Amino acid sequence: MMSSIPGALLTPKQVADRRVPAPHTSMFARMLLRAAVLRRRRAASALLAMMVAAAVATAMMNLYVDVQAKLRTEFRNYGANVIIVAKEGQGLPGDALARVESVLGAKTLAVPFAYAVARIKGGQSDGQSVVVVGTDFARARQLNHWWKVSHWPGAPNEVLVGMRAATVVSPKTGPNRQPFELTFQGKAIELAPAGMLQTGAGEDSRIYLDQSEFQNWTGVAPSTIEIAANGTAAEVETSIRQLAQLLPSADVRPVRQIMEGEANVLNKTRATLYASATLVVLTSALCVLATLIGWVFDRRRDFAIMKALGASERLVNGFFAAEAAALGVVGALLGFVIGIGVAAWIGRVNFHAPVVPRFSVFPYVLAGSVAVALISAVLPIVLLRRVQPAIILRGE
Amino acid sequence: MFPRIVYESFRRQARRKLLAGIAITLGVAVATAMIAVATDIGDKINRELRSYGANLVVTPQEDTLDVEVGGVNLKPPSDGAFLNEADLPKIRGTFWHHNIVGFSPMLPVRVKVGSDARDVTLLGTYFNKALSFGKDDFTTGVRITHPWWKVSCGDGKESANCSWPDDNSQNVLLGERLAAKLGKRPGDTIEISGRRLTISGIVSTGGAEDDQIVAPLAVAQDILGKPGAVRRVYVSAMTKPPDALSVRDPKTMTPEVYDRWYCSPYVESIAYQLQEVIPHSHAEQIRQVAQNEGTVLSRIKGLILLITFAALFASALAVSAAMATAIYERRVEVGLMKALGAGNLAVSAIFFAEALLLALVGGVAGFSVGALLARQIGRSIFNSQISIEPVLFPVIIAIAVFVTFAGSAAAIRRAVKFDPVFALRGEG
Repeated sequence: MMSSIPGALLTPKQVADRRVPAPHTSMFARMLLRAAVLRRRRAASALLAMMVAAAVATAMMNLYVDVQAKLRTEFRNYGANVIIVAKEGQGLPGDALARVESVLGAKTLAVPFAYAVARIKGGQSDGQSVVVVGTDFARARQLNHWWKVSHWPGAPNEVLVGMRAATVVSPKTGPNRQPFELTFQGKAIELAPAGMLQTGAGEDSRIYLDQSEFQNWTGVAPSTIEIAANGTAAEVETSIRQLAQLLPSADVRPVRQIMEGEANVLNKTRATLYASATLVVLTSALCVLATLIGWVFDRRRDFAIMKALGASERLVNGFFAAEAAALGVVGALLGFVIGIGVAAWIGRVNFHAPVVPRFSVFPYVLAGSVAVALISAVLPIVLLRRVQPAIILRGE
Repeated sequence: MFPRIVYESFRRQARRKLLAGIAITLGVAVATAMIAVATDIGDKINRELRSYGANLVVTPQEDTLDVEVGGVNLKPPSDGAFLNEADLPKIRGTFWHHNIVGFSPMLPVRVKVGSDARDVTLLGTYFNKALSFGKDDFTTGVRITHPWWKVSCGDGKESANCSWPDDNSQNVLLGERLAAKLGKRPGDTIEISGRRLTISGIVSTGGAEDDQIVAPLAVAQDILGKPGAVRRVYVSAMTKPPDALSVRDPKTMTPEVYDRWYCSPYVESIAYQLQEVIPHSHAEQIRQVAQNEGTVLSRIKGLILLITFAALFASALAVSAAMATAIYERRVEVGLMKALGAGNLAVSAIFFAEALLLALVGGVAGFSVGALLARQIGRSIFNSQISIEPVLFPVIIAIAVFVTFAGSAAAIRRAVKFDPVFALRGEG
């Protein structure tokens, strides 16, 4: 009968034994969990704010790192940024191109150019000089995207004729331009124009011929190699030094016009990006701060009850800090995933290439989220500590 | 009664109102700054892209072929046609003259230099020449159109003794490789075609000019014996990225389309206009520069635009979070008002009126802070002002009010629906 009244017949020892299976820490965990479940609306809005902030920060950091690489590839469309020129009176060694590629890797574009001044034979402009260039068409096409070419040569003895050169060597008479004859040191060759080349620069006055055909005809080896070296300014500098060691008989020099223009535009863009990213991250951090402070402040009654029941200052602080930290971690995790997605989307929309997820930014996002969460939890607690629990519980 | 409640609410809860107000101010400031940067970034980057140099070249119409290898022109000196130097200031008279950053005439002349009488090209040009067109005074030359040209004392050292020559002087610059070959230093003289010219500095360009002599245009004309002659003119202009309209042939356009094409700063239409003002000339885009800047420009513009959207989103969220918190804290007040017989409409009206006031005050403050922020960004990054369109002001205020309302709406609805009994008992 008496045993139906719980605890009545138990000795203090038994009571203590019954408590043991429920460890002390579980109360702490239960309070954390229950707080989140019972006030799920407020908790959800705090988590949402945290998540958005983490997502925005992740996206911004990802973009900041990746966009510079993306823009650099865009800048490579400007063509060569390094040029190798044979010293006066000397040619480049025959294996120069292979050596350049062995140093810079296959990804780097290197295009050889050989120059000769030939004379026009026959026609209205008999005897006039014209510059003929031997090159590798496939490579030149990749390097010089801005060349406007009506048709690239494929067949033997087909040439690419600059717009202005065309008016002299092969004036337009019918629908197709006529073949013409050139001589170089007494050796004549007949060439057929495959297409017109328009660049608005010196190329317009020249005639481009395949390198091996050019060499068979003139015997002149390439004297210039134009290179589009990838990478940051420092990496390009290193490549230039390596190339200079490799080819002591040649002049290796940066194309200053391209290098400095790129550095200038890239620096300005990076600075703008940095400023905007900072603004955006700060705004979202502020959003989190505002939401969380409200959330913690709202729970001053929990705080008062805990203190009234005898919880130590350390325990109460620990409880709120743990809650904030948990929120920060979960928010950072979810936000990171969303942020990676946003960055990838921006990359696809703007650069037509996905932004590679950079997991190295995750520690920063995590640390930042937890720090902001802790700050916003500690601030109200510091304010509340001075207030007597009784006053809070009375609702004043 | 209504104004009094609102007024008292602001007076008695000044600190909370201040918090919400600060959130709105900051949100609006960031939004304003980002919109201002995004609208101006195209112009700013376009200007920076000019550091790639000229994107247009003007040559005589019936010019003969250039026979140039490695920066040495093998063409007989008097061969070919020339432009007239006197026509050049007219470039400032074209429709898009505000977009033309600068131009530099070039006149290469073959000269013999040194004891071994080697063939060297002397390039006549403007360095920073003062010109005028009508009432418009301006300076132009390679210092503007070719910003990567650097003048030093050789060995990369800079000093006051080594400087750009004056356009009206007889001083010249020596290309760095030529200087090394000739063993000449700044301050030395060099004899060219019977004239003694003083070397005022060593120029480094990374291009063909490193093997040349760069002289004032008048000196080159004098040596050639053709006063007023110019071989070609490089023009650096800010252009609009190419699109379907830009590449069409103006001859095949209808008058309306032609007007639209003519009045857009496409590189093609600027070339067309240059041909109009300079007689017997042919203007063409330098495709290496002109074709690539469009892509770079649109990429950067697109990027900043997307980031601006992110900024707007983040600030909208910050504002609504702050508003929601502020309203949630006042459930007791709502309970009291409802217990005294206030309807849902009356309670909502109070909150919306407060939100409107906050949005207006925060919006105005935020707009001014944002304008300052944008100006600071413009100054520190681009060394020029980021202008804020006055049209932006009403737009920003409208956005601020809308976002504040949207952010408050959900919280107000919940506060109004909340049972006054629970609210007054402090359970919630």
